[in-house]
Amino acid sequence: MSEAAPSWRDRLLSDAPRSRREAKLGQLYRGWLQFRRNRLALLGLVIVVALVLVAAFAPWIATHHPYEQNLAQRLLPPGSQGHWLGTDEFGRDIFSRIVYGARITLYIVVLVALIAAPIGLLVGTAAGYLGGWVDAVLMRITDVFLAFPSLILALAFVAALGPGIENAVIAIALTSWPPYARIARAETLTIRNSDYIAAARLQGAGTGRILARHVMPLCLSSLTVRVTLDMAGIILTAAGLGFLGLGAQPPLAEWGAMVSSGRRYILDQWWVATIPGLAIFVVSLAFNLLGDGLRDVMDPRGKK
Amino acid sequence: MTALRRAPGFLLQVGLTLLGLLAVTFFIGRVVPIDPVLAVVGDQAPRDVYEAVRIELGLDQPLWWQFWVYVQKMVTGDFGMSLVTNRPVIEDIARVFPATLELATFATIIGVALGVPMGIAGAVWQDRWPDQIVRVVGLVGYSVPIFWLGIVGLLVFYGILGWVQGPGRLGVFFEDIVQPVTGVLLVDAAVAGEWEVFWNAFGHVVLPSAVLGYFSVAYIARMTRSFMLEQLTQEYVVTARAKGVSEARIVWVHALRNVSVPLVTVIALSYARLLEGAVLTETVFAWPGLGRYLTTALLAADMNAVLGATVVVGAVFVGVNLLSDLLYRLLDPRAK
Repeated sequence: MSEAAPSWRDRLLSDAPRSRREAKLGQLYRGWLQFRRNRLALLGLVIVVALVLVAAFAPWIATHHPYEQNLAQRLLPPGSQGHWLGTDEFGRDIFSRIVYGARITLYIVVLVALIAAPIGLLVGTAAGYLGGWVDAVLMRITDVFLAFPSLILALAFVAALGPGIENAVIAIALTSWPPYARIARAETLTIRNSDYIAAARLQGAGTGRILARHVMPLCLSSLTVRVTLDMAGIILTAAGLGFLGLGAQPPLAEWGAMVSSGRRYILDQWWVATIPGLAIFVVSLAFNLLGDGLRDVMDPRGKK
Repeated sequence: MTALRRAPGFLLQVGLTLLGLLAVTFFIGRVVPIDPVLAVVGDQAPRDVYEAVRIELGLDQPLWWQFWVYVQKMVTGDFGMSLVTNRPVIEDIARVFPATLELATFATIIGVALGVPMGIAGAVWQDRWPDQIVRVVGLVGYSVPIFWLGIVGLLVFYGILGWVQGPGRLGVFFEDIVQPVTGVLLVDAAVAGEWEVFWNAFGHVVLPSAVLGYFSVAYIARMTRSFMLEQLTQEYVVTARAKGVSEARIVWVHALRNVSVPLVTVIALSYARLLEGAVLTETVFAWPGLGRYLTTALLAADMNAVLGATVVVGAVFVGVNLLSDLLYRLLDPRAK
């Protein structure tokens, strides 16, 4: 942090912040102190940060080219001939493929969150604020989507759109916005009758402005928590689609697809299928731990 | 009698949800980039043949009319023909559904048998080691890819230890011995008195249902724990303790009775959720159920079969939710 003045910690924790910005920073800092106490959540954060770093610096971390085939060295066990995690059925280095696979996983997760969260936010706040028939119609639509098991619906969408990573992202996003709409609506209902909303309206703010400037920002914290918690589910669904051959297509190093192609060798060359699966497990576990920690800090009501 | 008075509104809601479900599948069927007319006539067909087939398929009608026709067909179970099996989709689904039912039922039995005691233990010894186990089981359950769990299970219990049978529903030597009556193999084999077949089928079902059941265990244990914690702080528990009722009796009789009502809903929900996990589990274990039917159809771009299976899964999902809601009203006098 830049404010390295001797008293920056006191300033952040003081009850009388000197500016709005300082108050906000102080709040963040208190949240961080609380978050830091949760060892498991911290572990989750470390793994997620590591995932981002691995994805960003994949070419420098990978020991081999992820797509380069070497049939003379196929199905080597972990640790042999410089292949830390062994090689797959085409002689490609599994470690390097997992490193590059981190990019695909992050790409999917981030894109789904960027598509689904705004849709949910828009639908939820509009339904909650406008009420009446708009609320009834929007919530009915939300219920219909919630009535489907999300993987099945994603499968049907992919069937229509065709396999591929972009289509998988669209399919997952289309099935994952309803919970966000529910949350945003619930938050909106609790604040729509507040005095400050009435004040904004009296000052002549239109519905769009009130929603965008005064309602949506307040929904963000609970939405962030929910999105983080859902990241694990998104990763699992994307990996499931990849496993079924409907997500990322070969030769892309998608973890779910790697498990699928290694499945044939499971009884003799166990590492080909199990190691990429372990990567999926570790990353989704990390997102769950991080999400739990964030929930405890940002949304004390959700605490059990 | 308020329950009866509310029934029409309730049914209307379920009907609307089902209608919405059909609207979604109808929409998916429409955005498919495959031209349904071309699929019939081929791309060499002259213009007038193309137009004739288009009219025959009803594609010249307004969209709302097409939707109405679609709803009528779906409601009567006319899902069209499967391109892969060349039979009506509804017959295919009826044939494969019992296998999924068998798997999901076993998984739920495992989920209840392990999940409920674990949840109770977690609540009684809150923050001690039984509670930590419940927490870890839950966390892993929410994080592990089910297809990976299945593959590792196959490797360990079939490949290394040899405790269970491999993929599939029955060994090759045992096929076609038992006549399908209910379609649920274990029941059919037991009724026919073919115990060898029964045990072989049992060896096949154990691992996939355990893998699938793990998710029920995680979910049911977590929910049981939180329901139980809520009950154990109630005043009637304090009263019972003051009267000298043993702790075991308080937990297993007094509190459990109150927990059982919301638990029924949770179990029903987890049963419906298993349908989702079944898609991946059935693929791993080559289990000839609805999930594998769906994925096979997907890879063959057999849209009638895909949408038919999707509608069936959605309808079962809505149906189970409805059932659990009704059960809740029936069991909990306060809900009336």
